[in-house]
Amino acid sequence: MMKSPIRRRRLLWIAAIALTVSGTAYGVIRAFSENMVFFYTPTQLLAGEAPAGRSLRIGGMVEAGSIEREPGTLTVRFRMTDQDRTIPVTYTGVLPDLFKEGKGAVAQGELNNGVFVASEILAKHDENYMPPKLKN
Amino acid sequence: MLTFLKQLGSPPRFFQLSGPMSRWLAIAAAVLGAPGLWLALAGTPTDAQQGEVYRIIYLHVPAAWMSMFLYSVATGYALLYWIWRSPVSAVMMRALLPTGAWMTVVALVTGSLWGKPTWGTYWVWDARLTSELMLLFIYLGLMALSSLVEDETKTDRALALFTVVGMVNIPLIYFSVVFWNTLHQGMSVGAPGAARMAPEMKAALLICTFAVWFACAAIVLVRGRWMLAIRESRSRWVRDVPELAAP
Repeated sequence: MMKSPIRRRRLLWIAAIALTVSGTAYGVIRAFSENMVFFYTPTQLLAGEAPAGRSLRIGGMVEAGSIEREPGTLTVRFRMTDQDRTIPVTYTGVLPDLFKEGKGAVAQGELNNGVFVASEILAKHDENYMPPKLKN
Repeated sequence: MLTFLKQLGSPPRFFQLSGPMSRWLAIAAAVLGAPGLWLALAGTPTDAQQGEVYRIIYLHVPAAWMSMFLYSVATGYALLYWIWRSPVSAVMMRALLPTGAWMTVVALVTGSLWGKPTWGTYWVWDARLTSELMLLFIYLGLMALSSLVEDETKTDRALALFTVVGMVNIPLIYFSVVFWNTLHQGMSVGAPGAARMAPEMKAALLICTFAVWFACAAIVLVRGRWMLAIRESRSRWVRDVPELAAP
């Protein structure tokens, strides 16, 4: 059976639309199922609200004065806090520039005997934009 | 004012007015864009936390706002088309989509480039980024739909319907940083409470936003104008426009 060019073009368009719609649906499902909550706070994690036994993200402030670097390695230890509960975190790797004490961060990893072993650290910067002289 | 708006709904009047309107908008975009560019690159102070890298905000935020704003305007025209079936609203609804899609691309790319040095990653699947990516897919889907040529009226109706349906995503994007924990920070402008942005930075951001806004409006008007002329090419008014006379 010969296909007319019009029919072939129609088919192509239907395929294009189907692809776009499924792409959108994929995004929606991805967003709504697991990532609608991008991270859990230390309080939520310690209260058992986070799914156990799989990689997850925690977010909060890097507690002031808590960063310890292991000399000679890329391993760093710090405490993540939400002003209420605190979780010790350990991470080996390169940290983003904005990762600082007293600033927000998101860590991906797993809770292991009360210590959060992070495989990735992201800095969460705030919505304030100020010239340096105005900073406090 | 109302008569003026009604006149804009008539194809020959729209064709006549959109020409000079687009020219003035382009001039306004250039007049604001030049100081906007200077302010963005040099005229504003460095950010205390992020240093110079924050300057991408002067492109990222206007583009992101426009991606949502142009979609809302397209929805407005879709509703107008739904009610009055005027060719001008059908054409404007179609003309807004490519520019909106480009603004979404600009917002996603600049955001990604901003994310690497600050957050430490180009992309995360948080609610703000995912919903903005969905907006791009919606734009692309609507553009694919608008390219169907066999039955223009049916396509217009379907397009109007899907444009309105897709509008649910816009508040989702805008409020995603309020509703959910996201890596993306909250609102700097328009949020109630303390000033989150130094006034000179905010002023520069607004100048850049208006420049991008006017540029988008000029592009959309030119595109809509010629789409209208092509669509109405068999009408009497098109033959009466000297610019459109066959060579």
